[in-house]
Amino acid sequence: MKKKIETILTFMFLVFFSIGTLYPVLNILSVSLKTDNAFHSQSLALIQIREKFEDINNNNKWDEGEIFFDKNDNGIWDAGSGLRSYFNLFKDTDFLLWSRNSIIISLLVTMTGVVFASIGGYALSRFKFKGREFGMIALLTTQMFPATMLLLPFFILLSYLGLINSYLGLIIIYSSTALPFCIWQMKGYYDTIPPALEESARLDGCTQLQAFYKIILPLSSPALVITALFSFMASWSEYVVAAIILQDPKLYTLPLGLKSFQASLSTQWGLYAAGAVVVSIPVTILFISLSKYLVSGLTMGSVKE
Amino acid sequence: MSKVILKNISKSYGSNEILKNINLDIYDSEFLVLVGPSGCGKSTTLRLIAGLESPDDGEIIINNSIVNNMDPSKRDIAMVFQNYALYPQMTVKENMGFGLKIRKYKKEEIDTRVIETAKTLKIDNLLDRKPKALSGGQRQRVALGRAIVRKPKVFLFDEPLSNLDAKLRQEMRVEIKRLYKLLNTTMIYVTHDQTEAMTMGSRIVVMNNGKIEQVDSPENTYLKPKSIFSSSFIGAPKINLINGELYKEESEWYFHSNEIKLQIKSTHYQYSNFKAGKVTFGIRAEDINANLKINEDKDQINLIKGSVDFIENLGSEMNLHIKMLDNNFIIKCERKLQVRENQEVQMCFDVDQGHFFNFKTGKILC
Repeated sequence: MKKKIETILTFMFLVFFSIGTLYPVLNILSVSLKTDNAFHSQSLALIQIREKFEDINNNNKWDEGEIFFDKNDNGIWDAGSGLRSYFNLFKDTDFLLWSRNSIIISLLVTMTGVVFASIGGYALSRFKFKGREFGMIALLTTQMFPATMLLLPFFILLSYLGLINSYLGLIIIYSSTALPFCIWQMKGYYDTIPPALEESARLDGCTQLQAFYKIILPLSSPALVITALFSFMASWSEYVVAAIILQDPKLYTLPLGLKSFQASLSTQWGLYAAGAVVVSIPVTILFISLSKYLVSGLTMGSVKE
Repeated sequence: MSKVILKNISKSYGSNEILKNINLDIYDSEFLVLVGPSGCGKSTTLRLIAGLESPDDGEIIINNSIVNNMDPSKRDIAMVFQNYALYPQMTVKENMGFGLKIRKYKKEEIDTRVIETAKTLKIDNLLDRKPKALSGGQRQRVALGRAIVRKPKVFLFDEPLSNLDAKLRQEMRVEIKRLYKLLNTTMIYVTHDQTEAMTMGSRIVVMNNGKIEQVDSPENTYLKPKSIFSSSFIGAPKINLINGELYKEESEWYFHSNEIKLQIKSTHYQYSNFKAGKVTFGIRAEDINANLKINEDKDQINLIKGSVDFIENLGSEMNLHIKMLDNNFIIKCERKLQVRENQEVQMCFDVDQGHFFNFKTGKILC
């Protein structure tokens, strides 16, 4: 009996949070399928069916007094769900250009993250050198500052370097904010790999570098995947820094591009939502396909001997 | 020909002195066992020879060339680690062939060598498995195979059997000994287990606190220990140690410690070195006989009464723990002896087999 209540409570808890998580996502999906003027619709239906409407009062007004325009002049209400926003997204906007920008930046940040974190983490895990402790603490300290606080110094630094409005500037900032975490992450993983493995490899004839990339690196793939994912995500969905650094619309990344649908007077909610859905697809696929590594990477220490 | 010489080797980590001026000649094709308690520096010595650490001071010489600054990969040494250190992502075959592959051997050559070695170790049916799918004993064999396949100049073993259960350990002990006979290469073996040291080594190096206590054959280490430490570390049960006094009475030497008074015959191997004064007397459990009949004859020498505190039954024999007023003894006796706990027994000391150590330095009197 007690167990039953426990199960029920557990499920209630899970359902509650599932709703909390899923509702916004479904809502975005729903909006992306609706037309702009249906955004304020009170209906809870995710997909709306095209309905004929009749202007009973013949005054082009909703009951509440809001004016309604029958744009197509066919007596059919435009609010039926459809993929129109998605077509418009690719046809009428620079969405593809922003995607390209985002992909280039994210991939470069990921590469830098993986390369530097794998090497830096290794050094911190295996070698004793002067400044090691200090370096590790310093890396950790950088994680304590909120990104917004660093905006101004970053901006000043980049403007000195003449890197405002350039990919390179953005890549430097993204990498430098993602790297500390990634280095710690990799260091933590290397710590679980017995040093005897490299020692054995070195006696087998490997140089220190060979032992690292032939033995240790392949073993660290779960951690590398997480590092890659983290770096990718950090740059893929970042808005604030990009908004400061990139001013030329041709250089916009996806989050910036999406935001540009939001104007002061009218916002194209359909496009906005459709864009949001498309942007989240690659990340979702990445997460699902890498979830195997995520689990094994986060439950470290499984690599004994 | 693979001689290894350690000359005045010192090594410390921070303020912690691990090795203090170690001098050791390791002969060609010998099975040398470094034995000692944990932290005595035996593993460090091994790692210095392998090149995984470098000495603060002194020289390491392999085959007449100083290798202090030579990378481990160039030393042509193979090492078997305590945790086997098999590469988890590789199959048994790849694990064994890795060293050859790195040294750019041809694939066919690698294959023949790996298969040949696998056959000698009876692991040829496991070649396609990953280490994860192997039992402890099998992993140990693979680790051995990986070392052997390269035919290195010197083999190093760092407590290779300590992760195995008792039965398997005994099996692998024989196996390694067999391999040694087969390969006849210099092998240096580190262990904290005195049984392994006694049974495997052609010579034993007893180490304590970063220093070498004794380098000798197993027989000599056991029968002629050079120090209290060496005598108590080698042999089970532990040697009985009694602090007391040596003195001369009517041209006879005696050892005295409270209730114990032993007469020493002139046949004792240290007889000529005796000097009156404080000493530590060491006598092994098998050199004291327990008699159930108490002999009250005053003329009998070296007979002492004591009561049995408890009995350790080992199957083939028994260890009696004897309690006296100031001293406790362990005596080995045969299992047929009808003895009970708290029973009075008479101990007969075979003093000729005992050892007298300097009380202060712990070194043998000489």
